[in-house]
Amino acid sequence: MHRLLPSLALIAAVTASTLAPLPAQAQGEVNVYTTREPKLIQPLFDQFTKSTGVKVNAIFVEKGMAERVAAEGANSPADIMMAVDVGTVLDGVSRGVTQSVQSPALNAAIPAHLRDKDGHWFALSLRARLFYVSKDVKEKTLTYADLANPKWKGKVCIRSGLHPYNTALTAAYIQHYGAAKAEEWLKGVKANLARKPTGGDREVARDILAGTCDIGVGNSYYIGLMRGGSNEDQKKWGAAINVILPTFPGGGTHVNISGASVAKNAPNKANAIKLLEFLVSPEAQASYAKVNYEYPVRAGAQIDPLIAALGPLKTDQIDLTAIAKNRKQAAELIEKVGFDQ
Amino acid sequence: MTTSVLRAFRNSGTPGWTLAAILVAAIVVSPVVALIAIASEGSGDLWPQLIAYVLPSAAINTAILLLGVGLLTAVIGVGTAWLVATAEFPGRRFFDWALLLPLAIPTYILAYAYLDIVHPLGPIQSGLRWLFGLSDPRALRFPEIRSMGGVIFLLGFVLYPYVYLAARASFLMQSATALEAARTLGAGRFEILFRVALPLARPAIVIGITLALLEALNDIGATEFLGVRTLTISIYSTWLNRSSLPGAAQISLFMLALVTVLFLVERWARRHQRFTGSGRRTQPPAPAELRGVSALGAIVACALPLAIGFLIPFAYLADQAIRKLAASGVSLMVWRETINTLLYAGIATFVTMFVGLVVAYALRADKSGLASPASRIASIGYAIPGTVLAVGLLWPLASFDNAVDAAFRQWFGFSTGLLISGSGAALVLAYAIRFLAMSINGIEAGYAKISENIDHAARSLGEGSFGTLRKIHLPMLRPALGAAAILIFVDCMKELPATLMLRPFGVETLATHIYAEAVRGTYEDGSVAAILIVLAGLIPVIMLARVSRPAITPSTIST
Repeated sequence: MHRLLPSLALIAAVTASTLAPLPAQAQGEVNVYTTREPKLIQPLFDQFTKSTGVKVNAIFVEKGMAERVAAEGANSPADIMMAVDVGTVLDGVSRGVTQSVQSPALNAAIPAHLRDKDGHWFALSLRARLFYVSKDVKEKTLTYADLANPKWKGKVCIRSGLHPYNTALTAAYIQHYGAAKAEEWLKGVKANLARKPTGGDREVARDILAGTCDIGVGNSYYIGLMRGGSNEDQKKWGAAINVILPTFPGGGTHVNISGASVAKNAPNKANAIKLLEFLVSPEAQASYAKVNYEYPVRAGAQIDPLIAALGPLKTDQIDLTAIAKNRKQAAELIEKVGFDQ
Repeated sequence: MTTSVLRAFRNSGTPGWTLAAILVAAIVVSPVVALIAIASEGSGDLWPQLIAYVLPSAAINTAILLLGVGLLTAVIGVGTAWLVATAEFPGRRFFDWALLLPLAIPTYILAYAYLDIVHPLGPIQSGLRWLFGLSDPRALRFPEIRSMGGVIFLLGFVLYPYVYLAARASFLMQSATALEAARTLGAGRFEILFRVALPLARPAIVIGITLALLEALNDIGATEFLGVRTLTISIYSTWLNRSSLPGAAQISLFMLALVTVLFLVERWARRHQRFTGSGRRTQPPAPAELRGVSALGAIVACALPLAIGFLIPFAYLADQAIRKLAASGVSLMVWRETINTLLYAGIATFVTMFVGLVVAYALRADKSGLASPASRIASIGYAIPGTVLAVGLLWPLASFDNAVDAAFRQWFGFSTGLLISGSGAALVLAYAIRFLAMSINGIEAGYAKISENIDHAARSLGEGSFGTLRKIHLPMLRPALGAAAILIFVDCMKELPATLMLRPFGVETLATHIYAEAVRGTYEDGSVAAILIVLAGLIPVIMLARVSRPAITPSTIST
C-alpha cells in the first residue's frame, strides 16, 4: 500500500493536468456541435477563420446532440448545433435548447420556407433524395411510388429504413398519399429488396456495379463525391450508374436540408451568428456546392456542374415542418412492415 | 494519517471493505437509477407499437445472435484451448499466444474490413472470377455477409479469445492427478476432455462465454453495419426517430432485466459448485504428442480462427493504410488521437482494477452477506450498452456539475464550468463502470484458486486484512490481475459508443476517428487510425498471453 500511494498521487496529477476541462469561452472562438462529420465542412470553417480570425471548434455528436446540450444546461460550450436532417434540426428546437436569432443577413439570404420564422433554425444547404439505376434500366423518369413496383423484385438496394434520410422520405410520402398508401408502398419496396437495408448511400452504387441490384435510393451529393472525388474505386461506382430524379404527385423531388440553430446558452453568441451569416454568404454557398456537391439555399448561387448534369431539380413543395411532424408516424410504419428485419 | 486509517480498518474487521463495495455498487447503479427516472417520465404509449412490431423480432434476432455467437466462440475457444494446453504439435508455442490476437481488432473495424474483402468487387471474389475467366460479377455469388449468418460468423471469430483465454488457463491449472486418475481408469482422450476436464473448466468457460456474449450484445458497429436489428439497435431508433428518450430508457431497462435473468440462471445452475485448489500447482499433465494427420488437423484448427479473426483483416487494413500513407502521409492529428486513446485507456484501467480489487476482496472477506449482492450490482455495467450508459451518466454528471458550478458562483464568485462531464473524468468513469465486471470476475476467479485456509493462516499469524491482501493475495493474484487489466485496457481502447457521447469537447480518440471516417464513407482514410488501434492492442495482447499462463508456485509468494 505504501508503494502504491506515490504512484496513485502521480496518476492523480497526470489525470488532473490532462483531463482538466477546456475553457468553453475563449476570445475569438465558436463551438459547433454537429451530427454531420465535421471534416465535410472543415474547408468552410477554414475560410471563415481566415476572413474573421474566429477559430471554429467542431465536435461530431452523431447521436443524441440535443440530449447532450440539454444535459449540459447553462454551462454547455455549444454555440451552434448543426444537423443534416430537418427532423434532427427541429428536435433541438422542440427540446428547447435553441434560441431565437434575428439577422437581416440570414433572412435575406435564406428563402422563408427554409428557415424558422422565429429564427430558431436555418437551412444552409439542400440535398435531393434520388434513384441510382444500373445502365441496363431503360426508364428515364420514375416516381417514388414506382420503387414498389413488383417488376423490381430482388433488384432494390437501400440503406436502413430507419435512417433519418429514409424516415424523412417516408414522412413526405405520408404527406402526399396518406399513411395507408405509405404502408403499402413500404411493403412493396421491402418485397423488392436485393439485400438487407443497411450501409450508406454509396453502397447502393457499389452494389449496382457488383450486379447485386439494379435500382436504389441515394442522396444527390454522393454522385458528386463519387464521380468528382479522388478515390479510384468510388469513381468506378459513380460511373456505373445513371441517375433519375424521382417525383411525387405535382412533379417535385424530395429534398432534405442541412441546417443549424444557435444554442440557447451559447457562450459566444455573436460569433455564432457571424458564422451562420458567413455560411449563407455567396462565397460559402459556392463552396457548399463545389466542395460538398449540395444545392445551395441562396438564390442565384452556382450549382456544381456534376450535379447540374443530373438535370434541373424541381423541389417537392410540401412544408419541411410537415416532414418533421410525420417523422414519428413514418418510423412506426417502417417498423410495422418490418422493413429492416 | 494513513496508518491510523489503516488501523481503523483493521480494528473494525471486515465491514469497511463491505461498505466500500456497497459504495462502488451505488456509483455503478446511478446511471441505471437515472434511466429509471427518465423511463418513468414517459407514458407507456409506445409499448403497443413496440410489443406488436419491434420487440419480438428484435428479441428473436438478439437471441439468435447470442446463441450463434455463444456456440461459435465456445467451439473455437474451448477446442483451440484444449489443443494448445494438452497436446504437442508443430507451431503449438506460436498458436499459444497468437490465438489471442483477434482481441486487438474492434468488431466494427472487422465488419468494415470484411464487407470490402468479401464484396463481389473485393479481392476474394474478383480473384476467383479472374481464376475462372469470368467477367460478370453476377456469374459467381457468395453468401451475403450483410446477414445474421454473416454477423454471427464475424463476431464468433473475433470474440472467441475471451473463451480461449478462460478455457486455456483452466486446462493449464487442472492438476494432472485428476486427469491421470481418469486415464488410469481407462478413459480415452475425448472422454477425459468431456467427462473430466470440461466439467472442471466449466466455471471459467462460462465466464469467457458471458464476456463474449455481452461484448456481442453491446456491439453497435458491426450489427448495424451488417443490417441486423438487435435490441441494442432498437434502443437507438426509438430514441432518435421518435425523439423519445423515455422510450429508449424503457427498452434499455427491459434489456437489462433480460441480461439479469440470464446471469441469475447461470449462477443458479452452478450454485452448488465451488472449486478451490491448494494454491500449489501439481505437475502439468504431460502433453500428448500429435503426429501426421492429427498434427496437421490441430494446425489447421488453430490456424483457421487466427486467419479469419486476425491475419486476413489485418493484412487488408495494413495494405489500405500503406496506400493511404504513400498517398498523403500521416497527419499530426492521428498521433494526438493515439496519445488520447492510450491515456484514457490507461487511467481507466488503473481505476477499474483498483476498484475491482476492493470489491473482490470485500466479497472474500465479507461475513455479513452484503458484499455478494453489492458485487453483483457493481458488475451490471458490462450489460448496459455503451450509449445507454452514456445517456444514463450524462444527466447525473451534468446535474452534479451544474450544482457545483452554481454553488461556487454564489459563494466564491467564480465558475467551475462542467467539472466532470466537461473533462475526461466522465469518460474514465464510464469505462470503469462498463468494465468493472471484467475486473471483479477476473480477480474473483483468481481468488477461487486461493484456498481460504491461506487467509486463515495469515490472520492467525497476526496479519490484518490489508496485510493479507498486499502480502499474500496480490502476489498470488498477479496473473489474474494482469490478465484482467490487459483485457480492460484493450476494451477501453476499442470502446466506441460511450466514447462518442461522453468525450470532452475537443478530444478525439482513434475509435471516434475511425467511426467518423466510416460515417463519411471514407474507410480508406480511417485505415491508418484502424491499424494504429490494432497495433496498440497487439502488445498488451501478447503480454496477456504471457501473464495468463499460470505459473504459481510457492516460491513466487513473497513475504
